[in-house]
Amino acid sequence: MSAVNAAGWRPEMGSAAAGSAETTSGDKALMLEEALIFELREPGTCGVDIDAADRGPVAGLARFLRKAPAALPGLSEPETVRHYTRLSRQNYAIDLGPFPLGSCTMKHNPRLNEKVARMPGFADVHPLAPQQSARGALEVINQLAFWLIELTGMHGVAMSPKAGAHGELCGVLCIKAALEARGENRTVMLVPESAHGTNPATAAFAGFSIESIPATADGRVDLAALTARLGPDVAGVMITNPNTCGLFEREMKTISDAVHAAGGYVYCDGANFNAIVGKVRPGDLGIDAMHINLHKTFSTPHGGGGPGSGPVVLSKALSPFGPLPYTARMPDGTVRLIEEEDGAAEHPQSFGRMAAFHGQMGMFTRALAYILSHGADGLARVAEDAVLNANYVLRSLEGELEAPFAGSGPCMHEALFSDAGLAEGFTTLDIAKGLIDEGFHPMTVYFPLVVHGAMLVEPTETESKAGLDRFIGSLRSLARRAKQGDEGLKSAPHFAPRRRLDETQAARKPVLVWKGDAAA
Amino acid sequence: MSRYFTQDHEWIDVDGDSATVGITDYAQSQLGDITFVELPAAGTAVKKGDAPCVVDSVKAASDVYSPASGTVTEENAALADEPELVNSDAEGAGWLFRLTLSDAGELDGLMDRAAYDEYVAGL
Repeated sequence: MSAVNAAGWRPEMGSAAAGSAETTSGDKALMLEEALIFELREPGTCGVDIDAADRGPVAGLARFLRKAPAALPGLSEPETVRHYTRLSRQNYAIDLGPFPLGSCTMKHNPRLNEKVARMPGFADVHPLAPQQSARGALEVINQLAFWLIELTGMHGVAMSPKAGAHGELCGVLCIKAALEARGENRTVMLVPESAHGTNPATAAFAGFSIESIPATADGRVDLAALTARLGPDVAGVMITNPNTCGLFEREMKTISDAVHAAGGYVYCDGANFNAIVGKVRPGDLGIDAMHINLHKTFSTPHGGGGPGSGPVVLSKALSPFGPLPYTARMPDGTVRLIEEEDGAAEHPQSFGRMAAFHGQMGMFTRALAYILSHGADGLARVAEDAVLNANYVLRSLEGELEAPFAGSGPCMHEALFSDAGLAEGFTTLDIAKGLIDEGFHPMTVYFPLVVHGAMLVEPTETESKAGLDRFIGSLRSLARRAKQGDEGLKSAPHFAPRRRLDETQAARKPVLVWKGDAAA
Repeated sequence: MSRYFTQDHEWIDVDGDSATVGITDYAQSQLGDITFVELPAAGTAVKKGDAPCVVDSVKAASDVYSPASGTVTEENAALADEPELVNSDAEGAGWLFRLTLSDAGELDGLMDRAAYDEYVAGL
């Protein structure tokens, strides 16, 4: 690994130096050019040896015969392998370097998890296999369910939701079912400004109307405004804790007690549970439902948008309404999947199903491997180190970038900065693009919305101090360039295969399908 | 014709009981490049504070709140092909929708140009 700023570049040297051949990190976003596979085609080439047809089409199917050859690329096997390998080198991944996307928790995926997930008994199990032939998989689901309940101090868990927002919907449907069982028509869901954007979307999807609760100046829920709004029309509140400003909602128990006293339920968005796992049990804070992003807190991979897994832990009050199927241990020690035919007797108030099958098996095995290999002390250490790393980033940069909640106490797992103080015409986007030149994936930008030009950095627990120093060094130099009005930064990235992309045109007139010579 | 402004950065031109609504130049500058505008169809009944319109930019999707109650009479059809009009001329050709007001009294709490400019300067 090269030394920080090996070239000795200083902000006062301006863009001439930056635009030469050096970056502060010594790394360059060097990538190979690669054409689309259709543009690489060699007519007549085929990677597989297909026997010539020895007879005509089956009677009655002749009308489905192709009228023209399929527009397949036509490449040899080695060319195909090279194409995808070259493409893979253009991807930036957590296995290549820090991935500081705030709110996404792009943490290292231990290889032990991968080994376990690939065991044929788990990897090849079919969701319709007879239960007696999938006992190991059912045991994994049940053990993971046990540990999720144990770690959260809750009463029950629904394992089938496929991701965070799906988990939110599951929790909110439990609340709706509980209200219906009480014969109450409560239509309003309260959502603080510091919550994840999916929270109001979920509540609206479930048929509730949304009312926003303001944040205080220190970035937390305005308790007075929240309690003032409680009443017989309020179904509940959806709070993200730790919240999107990277802060712990210290008044959580007080909020829960007030909501319960007014007859409502408390949903907690647990996407940020990785900051408090092993340290805080949401059940002790009076929470009724909370989804856990296995793909964040428990390290199951989620690059490229999936697959996620969002089990929902439920309080005693909401557990009777949870979805089918679920696992239960039988008197003979085996684990059995409880579906509709058994559920009518054993789980009669269930609101229904969230998914066709039992959940994301590949995520379950990885998450359980992560939990068991870390142990209780290891999981607490995960949270401690995630918080320590984020605070190191926050305190190292608060003099360079405006940190609107730096005075609100320690942050949790992510550090939030704003664009205040940048030179006229310079934006958060310029800094994000500059990070590409420095060889880093940019942080989350323009989220959360409560901060102008937000930059949200989540380093995760596995980054070393040396690695963080390298990232901080790059971000510090970019902040100085943006404050000094270095014009070179406005046209970054300079070293990536493509320069500043026209994101506006890409959104207004997207080209999503290769058309090429397909029509010919 | 009089123009009023809201704290949420909408403007409304009022001429008798008909009105035109858009977002202010300050609002478009904060949103960045507009990529899509979702408009209410003619005939839609809106209440003051409803969000009948969504403006998407490269940064975010933002609700536009109706400054007054009424029935939508026309949407700015030009924005379907040229959403960038909201960037280039937010307080003119980039108007969003027209409506027939049902309660002109609702306009009382809105700001005039001078008050709005002062409000923006204080942000």
